[in-house]
Order: sequence, then C-alpha cells, then structure tokens
Amino acid sequence: MRWILPLAVIVLLLVYPFVVNSFWLVQIGGRTLGFGTIVLSLVFLTAYTGMLSLAQMTVAGVAGYATAYFTAPTGGVGLLLPWPVALVLALALATLAGLLIGLVAVRTRGIYTLMITLAVAMAFYYLTLQNYDIFNGFTGFNNVEPPVILGLDLGANLPFYYMSVVLAASCYLGVRHVVRTPFGLALQGVRDEPDRLRALGFNVPLLRVLAFGLAGFIAGIGGILNVWLNASISPGSVALNPVIDVLMAGVLGGIGHPAGAYVGAFVFTIVDNFAIDFIARERFNTLIGLVFLAIVLFSPDGLTGLVRRAWTRGTGWARRDRGGAPKTDDIGK
Amino acid sequence: MIETLADINWRLFAIVTLNGLTLASLYFIVASGFSLIFGLMRVVNMAHGSLYLLGAYVGFEVSEATGSWIVGILAAGLVVAAAGAALQVSILSWMQGQDLRQALATIGVSIVAADLMLAQWGGSAYQIALPDAVSTFVPVPVAGRYAMARLMLIGFALVIGIALWLILNRTRIGMLIRAGVDDRRMLEAMGVNVPLVFVGVFAIGAGLAGMAGVVGGSVLSVSPGEDARYLLSSLIVVIVGGMGSIPGAAIGALLVAMAETYGLAYTPTYGIVYTFAIMVAVLAVRPQGLLGRAA
Repeated sequence: MRWILPLAVIVLLLVYPFVVNSFWLVQIGGRTLGFGTIVLSLVFLTAYTGMLSLAQMTVAGVAGYATAYFTAPTGGVGLLLPWPVALVLALALATLAGLLIGLVAVRTRGIYTLMITLAVAMAFYYLTLQNYDIFNGFTGFNNVEPPVILGLDLGANLPFYYMSVVLAASCYLGVRHVVRTPFGLALQGVRDEPDRLRALGFNVPLLRVLAFGLAGFIAGIGGILNVWLNASISPGSVALNPVIDVLMAGVLGGIGHPAGAYVGAFVFTIVDNFAIDFIARERFNTLIGLVFLAIVLFSPDGLTGLVRRAWTRGTGWARRDRGGAPKTDDIGK
Repeated sequence: MIETLADINWRLFAIVTLNGLTLASLYFIVASGFSLIFGLMRVVNMAHGSLYLLGAYVGFEVSEATGSWIVGILAAGLVVAAAGAALQVSILSWMQGQDLRQALATIGVSIVAADLMLAQWGGSAYQIALPDAVSTFVPVPVAGRYAMARLMLIGFALVIGIALWLILNRTRIGMLIRAGVDDRRMLEAMGVNVPLVFVGVFAIGAGLAGMAGVVGGSVLSVSPGEDARYLLSSLIVVIVGGMGSIPGAAIGALLVAMAETYGLAYTPTYGIVYTFAIMVAVLAVRPQGLLGRAA
C-alpha cells in the first residue's frame, strides 16, 4: 500500500505536460514546483528544528538577485559571468545568507524567531528598494533567462518543467534523507529537548545555524527557479506579501511534513490564479487571508493533516496518532 | 567659505535630528501599544500595523466630516480600540497561551484587513488636515524654523509616555496589569477577571496605534503599505528595547528612528542597514533587549 501514493505522484508529474496546456504547465506546474521548494525550506526548518522562519523568501531572493546580477546585468548594474559560475555563486550566497540569518536568530525560540526573521526579511526588502549599486533599486533586474545547454533551451516550457521537477524532487528527497541521518536526528533532538542534547555534548547553536544554512541552500534552488519563471526580480519579489505567502502556503499544506510544502504551494498557486474568476477582481488577498485564518483556527496541521485524519478515520487503521507530525501550536514548545 | 559650509551642515544636522525625534515619537506611540500587549498576554500582534493604518483612515474620514482634528483623533482611538478588543475576544482568546498560533492568526487578520482597506480607500496617499493653530512654523535655535505640528508630536509622545508610566505604576489597573505580567495564574486565583483585563489592555494598545495613525497621517501621510512599515518598526523597537517594557520601547524608538533618519540623510542607499546593525548588535549582546527581562 505504501508505494501507491509515491508512484501515482511520479506518474502524474511525468504525464502532466502531455495533458495540460502551456499555461497550466508553466504558470501552475512550474510555479508550484519552484515556489514549493522555497516553502519546503520553511517546512524543513519548522518540522524538524521547531524554528519558524519568515526569511526564507528573502534567502530565495538573495539567490534570485545573485542569478540576475551575474547573468543578466540591467542598467549597468551587474557582472556577466559564465552561467555555471553564476549559479554556484547564487547558491553559495543563499546558503551564506541562511547561515547568517541562523546566527542572528540562533539564541531565540518560537515567537521570537518569527519576529526576528521577519525583521531581517523587511530590512532586506528596504535595502533592495534603497540600494542602486547592487540591487538596482526599484527597477531590479529584467530578462533573467535560463541558460541553453548543448542546444537545449532550459527556458522553453517542457525542459523548464522537467528541470523544475528534477530539482524539486531532489530537494524533497534530500530533505527526507537528511532527517534520517545522524545530523537530522540531532536536529529533531534539538527541537524536542535542547537541554538534554546539550547535556549529551551536542553543540546546539551550531546545529541550529547549520539547519538554517541547509534551508538557505534549498530556498536558493527555489529562488533560482522562481527568478527564471518570472524572468525578472525586483524589491516587490521580497516584500512583505511574498514573504508571508511562503508562510501561508506552508500552513495551508501543513508544516509538519515536507509533502505539505508542495500541496500548499499548489493550492496557493491555484487560488492566486483563479481567485479573479470566483470573487471580485483584486480581492485575492481577502480570500487567501480568510482561508489561512480558517486553517490556523480549525486545522493547525493544514490540508495534509485534514487528509491524513480523514484517511485514518476512513481506513480505520491502527496507525492513529503514533506521535504524529508536529502541529502549528506545538512549534517552539 | 569654509565657515558657511560648516554653518549649512549644522543647520542640516539640527533639522535631521529634529526629524529623527519626530519619527522616534511616532515609533514610540505605536510600539508602546505593541509592547504593552505582548508584555501582558505574550501575543505578538502582527496586525498592529493594520490597526495603525485603520486609525489613520478613520481619523481622516471623521476629521473631514466634522472638520475637527481633535474629534478625528478621538474617534480613531475609540474605533481602533474597539477593533482591537474585538480581535482579542473573537479570535485570540480562543488560543490563549499558544503564542505562535496567535501570531499566525493575526497575520491572517492583517492580510485581510490590508486588502479590505485597499478596497475601501484605494491606493492613493491621504493627508489629514491639521488645525490651523499648529500648521505653522516656529523659530528653533540652529535649525532656523521647524514645523509646529512636528514639535507637537514630540510633546504628544512625551504625554503618552508619562501617562502610561503613571497608569502602570500609580493606579489600581496598572497594578493588575503588572501583577498579570508577573504571575497570571495567581492573579486569577485572587478573583480578578483576567480575561477582562486582557481585553482592556488589548483595547488600550490598539487605541494607541489608532491615535498614532492619525498623528502620523497628519505629520507625514497615509497610504497602503504603511501598515507593514509600522509593524516592522514596532518589531525592531521592541526587539531592541526589550519586549513588554515601556521605557525599553522609548529607548528602542529613539535608537531606531535616529539611525534611520541619519542613515537616510547622510548615506541614502544604505539607510536601513544601520537600523538592522543596531538590532543585530543588541541581539548578540542582550538577546532579551536592552531593558527586557530574561524569558
């Protein structure tokens, strides 16, 4: 039974391009995978280390800005480099940004982590807005295109989609793997009993900072996919709204399980694109805000939690509540 | 030649300093409400910026309709205090003690509120008309002349600060609040209706944000996006000054506003970096904030 769902997801992902039009392929499929990877970095931090960071979109923005700066100089700002160097630099900078944010937030817990990472995120937004030397101010960067490798244009719809699938799947499986390694187990130990871990000789602050670094790397991959999808990046990409969007998608999907990241990103993207059709134009934020509020109030473990509970009830399996994934209200406890 | 240059710079410096003090006053009024709410209830109210913006819009409408700025600010204070109390009663009281879930819920509220306010008042900037008596310039040493309204704002912040201090330290209500901060359960056991105190404090904190909105909308301006700006400033002010401490909010507001104003005046493209550096420095040395108590 256990392999049915993963197999179905793999088949669905591979067949998807052949049953939908290009809008659904790129704007829904591609966006879900890129944005979902950024959400995944938040879910990883929250589910396995208990730290809720609002700076993941910021880290993704660092990678996006770096990609743009090194591959698509705009208005005299930027430095053209070969794309492999540019991408390595972008990921390195995102990881570094993750580590630095981790250093700032490492001594805080729960609600304080949330506040401080939000402050970091907003400070970065105002920096990109004010600064013209590196971030090209309000305009940002345009025409950020994926490279053409051996005649294969990664910017074309189908290659871009499959590249997104491969990268997102790697990140997802990477997270599933890391949390089973000694490092991942130590992180979960830090989440549950930091004092005991400390007594056992683990370096708790170092573990937390490293978790932020890994989350930064994952967010960086999502950020690069995102900047390619939009073909541009500007302060609006790292403003309060996108920063909160990551949190909303995570909470919608359920921040207890990595799969929740992509479920949340998918639902969020759908609502984002089609809100116009069923409520008044431009009232998307009211709708998504109310949905978010309803999830926080009634199902703290998100949509995946709802499904899981319906599933256990439906099949009557004896796997009811075997510890279970952490819920929103457990974080930081 | 050199002397005149030095002269001009001193004048600029004085004006920038006064601007910094004005901004600090505004930040203090907003952040003190935020800090008060956190101090008692451990609620990080992410909708605090929305309350500020709502106050500004209500103040604008009422002062336009009645022609009186004073009525406008009183109405804004009352309406926003009621909105804050409603937020506490309808949503937050159901998850008392789950601080992270409360923060998430207030984020949801702030998103909906920002969108509805955008629908109602549109994207353009408003300016709330000040009474004629204060829309003048007064002579000030070194700076030359300075807007009366801005000086009044500094005075307003001082009044608020002193009033809050007196209420917290010299009245029975203040005693209840301080007791609630120290030991909520014991206070409850002594027969005090703690949920009612919570609603009251939430209303006071929200009302402060609402009145700050009117003052800010008169001296500066009101537009969508201001909610995020004042939420951010409140966050940084209380992180620097210490969560739940009113004197801490004052010191934090001064540091943050001064850094921001000097930064913008002298190194325009890196202004925000100084604010941020202050926050990081404080976190590195005193994670609980300058005047905060260890959690």
